[in-house]
Amino acid sequence: MTAVAERPVAVEAPKARTVEVKIRRYNPEISDEVRWVTYRVEAYPTDRVLNLLTKIKDEQDGTLTFRRSCAHGVCGSDAMRINGVNRLACKVLMKDMPAKLTIEPIKGLPVEKDLVVDMEPFFEAYRAVKPFLITGGNPPTKEWLQSQADRDRYDDTTKCILCAACTTSCPVFWTDGSYFGPAAIVNAHRFIFDSRDQGAEERLEILNDREGVWRCRTTFNCTEACPRGIEITKAIKEVKQALLFRRV
Amino acid sequence: MSTPTTARPAGTRTRLGGTLYRGREGMWSWVAHRITGVLTFFFLFAHVLDTALVRVSPESYDTVIDTYKNPFVNLMEIGLVGAVLFHALNGLRIVAVDFWSRGPRLQRQMLWAIVAVWVVVMVPGAFFMFKHSFEVLFGAG
Repeated sequence: MTAVAERPVAVEAPKARTVEVKIRRYNPEISDEVRWVTYRVEAYPTDRVLNLLTKIKDEQDGTLTFRRSCAHGVCGSDAMRINGVNRLACKVLMKDMPAKLTIEPIKGLPVEKDLVVDMEPFFEAYRAVKPFLITGGNPPTKEWLQSQADRDRYDDTTKCILCAACTTSCPVFWTDGSYFGPAAIVNAHRFIFDSRDQGAEERLEILNDREGVWRCRTTFNCTEACPRGIEITKAIKEVKQALLFRRV
Repeated sequence: MSTPTTARPAGTRTRLGGTLYRGREGMWSWVAHRITGVLTFFFLFAHVLDTALVRVSPESYDTVIDTYKNPFVNLMEIGLVGAVLFHALNGLRIVAVDFWSRGPRLQRQMLWAIVAVWVVVMVPGAFFMFKHSFEVLFGAG
């Protein structure tokens, strides 16, 4: 049975307010100079930062460039630095934000235009840890079963959407772009601790590199930036321990 | 291509390289760890040099050590104790983060715990360390 409200509940209509959105603009086709441009937009508490960007692009400045695909926190394409921290623009509600926003591209990757960065170095590190199931011998004839405990072992790191919010929040990555970065380690963790996978040794060897897990300085910026709430620093620490004690 | 029509208010051209990343306790404890580490290193550098003077001659060692006996160096000593103490305590916190299973989840609480220990040690420590200089500067009360 569907619940029916006996009396209409008085719901206050959400009020819009004017928000100043300051955006770091860069277009190498016009000038090598970086500019900060401030836009004023009406924002409802139910708006997300992404709505504001879309509104600016639609109504005020069509040249504003940013990435977004699903707009629901699943695809991970709209990671950007909002008021100093890495966030997905589609997951930040305006009711939680002040009336002034500062939006910049994520740090440590080459900016191509406005809020769009070249993700290639990020994906290169991701590919380097072999983020796929590695097995040997005969493949099972039936479904490959795994106990709940074995599945839980790497559950947290399966949530990654490769938005790069973690990697580009890492002070080590900013100064040394050759560091694998948190996201690559998270995705290595996902397979290293998978009981069906046999490539753990191989991946651990890759991450034992001087640009591997040992560069982690446990600043926890990645853990705080992750829009999926993955305990990234913990995952990195587990990979470090697996390397130290050779126990997966 | 058209340029943006929105007027750019004065002063928005500052900090072209981007703003400071607003990391939390974890990031700032790392910054403090670096700074205290470098400070301690420079102390050790000077310390190894002045101690090595004993090999030159005990007299020149005494001369150099005598130049340290002033309130300014006393303040630097207090700073050194503070830096070493923070570096040591935060080092233990990092060990806990890396080796204790609950470490990563309790990193923030552990930071505030070591800051509390630091204050508890430094307040009386600095008082007694500076007592002599204070008496020299302002006369024993």
